[in-house]
Amino acid sequence: MAKIQVSTKINNENVDYLCEPHDTMLDVLRNQLELTGSKESCGSGDCGSCSIILDGELVCSCLMLAAEAQGSKLETIEGMSEGGKLHALQQKFLEKAALQCGICTPGFLMASKALLDHNPSPTETEVRFWLAGNLCRCTGYDKIVKAVLEVADDMKESA
Amino acid sequence: MSDTQYLAASTIEEAVNAHSKANGSARFLAGGTDLLVQIKSGIRKPNLVIDIKKIVELNSIEEISENEFVVGASVSGVNLNRNKKFSKLWPGVLEAFRLIGSEQIQGRASLGGNICNGSPAGDSVPALIAAGCIALIAGPNGKREIPIEEFHIGPGKTVLNNGEMLVSLKFPKREINSSDAYLRMTPRTEMDIAVVGCGVNITFENNVCTAARVSLGAVAPTPLLIKEASKIMVGSDLNSEILDKVSKVCMDLCDPIDDKRGTIDYRTKVAGVLFKRATLTTIDRIKGN
Repeated sequence: MAKIQVSTKINNENVDYLCEPHDTMLDVLRNQLELTGSKESCGSGDCGSCSIILDGELVCSCLMLAAEAQGSKLETIEGMSEGGKLHALQQKFLEKAALQCGICTPGFLMASKALLDHNPSPTETEVRFWLAGNLCRCTGYDKIVKAVLEVADDMKESA
Repeated sequence: MSDTQYLAASTIEEAVNAHSKANGSARFLAGGTDLLVQIKSGIRKPNLVIDIKKIVELNSIEEISENEFVVGASVSGVNLNRNKKFSKLWPGVLEAFRLIGSEQIQGRASLGGNICNGSPAGDSVPALIAAGCIALIAGPNGKREIPIEEFHIGPGKTVLNNGEMLVSLKFPKREINSSDAYLRMTPRTEMDIAVVGCGVNITFENNVCTAARVSLGAVAPTPLLIKEASKIMVGSDLNSEILDKVSKVCMDLCDPIDDKRGTIDYRTKVAGVLFKRATLTTIDRIKGN
């Protein structure tokens, strides 16, 4: 069966790949492009551990076909730090111990980044609703929510 | 899913032709948040998946005349939410659609998909029925239009024939002193499926109701338009006696299932309560409170 050729921009680099019609975006990221930061946990859009930013929108990469990404811009966790310097959210998650086992963390970071991209000063309620699509079985969420709110505050002060 | 082919259609005609030729083994793909889960779990095994998101008519929100909107079937929750005018005119439709899933799901899931999936508990449907939307359908024999309350014929079953696709939803021209609301009951506050959903759409001028549509979801095999409600409400001032009367009508028309998420009695009672609350919210919105 003929493979489908797809041209995308992933983390600001032009990336072309060949995929099967049934490959999900997550399959291609992890198995072909070796971008294994996005995790597969539920595979059905419930847990958010495969979250990426597609043309500016937060999506589950397990719930889209790799073929659908033709012409799109993708951001994955691998593109979050710049020049070896951690993104403010990554740094704050470390400082505030907003992770334990770490499986959900790339998804939480992408979701948190998408939130602050759209809404730089969210309320605690807005953070909790926004992150409701990301499941964490370790932290109890509180440290994650506080980390995101602190980064938003830091951004305000430095603005 | 290993035998499935993928086609990104660029026109309605291309999508409809490919679907017709596949003879029942093709599925249209909009957001994919239902379809891809169904394929992964083996519930559906299409030979062809036709991506319809690149078709202009399906992906646009158009104001065809002042306060009159047509919304494409593949428009996502995130995109509909960005249209400030639509959000202002149809807050109930928007809040119903926005209740579906997480932000990740909202970035993909489409209004048309929620309708075509055919769940009796789909959140957007009662709000669209209350709004009085018309479904625009394209198929191998041309285009047709039907009121959205006639779209569902059973759980998972719709009026769409082989090769037919839902193109867009036409909203009636929004009159002044009108608004809408959607409320649902779920055991959890988020990420859950409606035990009961209720959409209400009212025009209320000088303390008199001049138009009303009420719809209930998740209490029967298909979402219901409560026609009797309109008859009682129109011409009244929507006082508590009227609301009690309509609430009883709503409960009488419920024919829900008993399951782990809600018993027949519970669903029926909640339907009456949600009708009243959604109506009061709508009146508040009209008065600008």
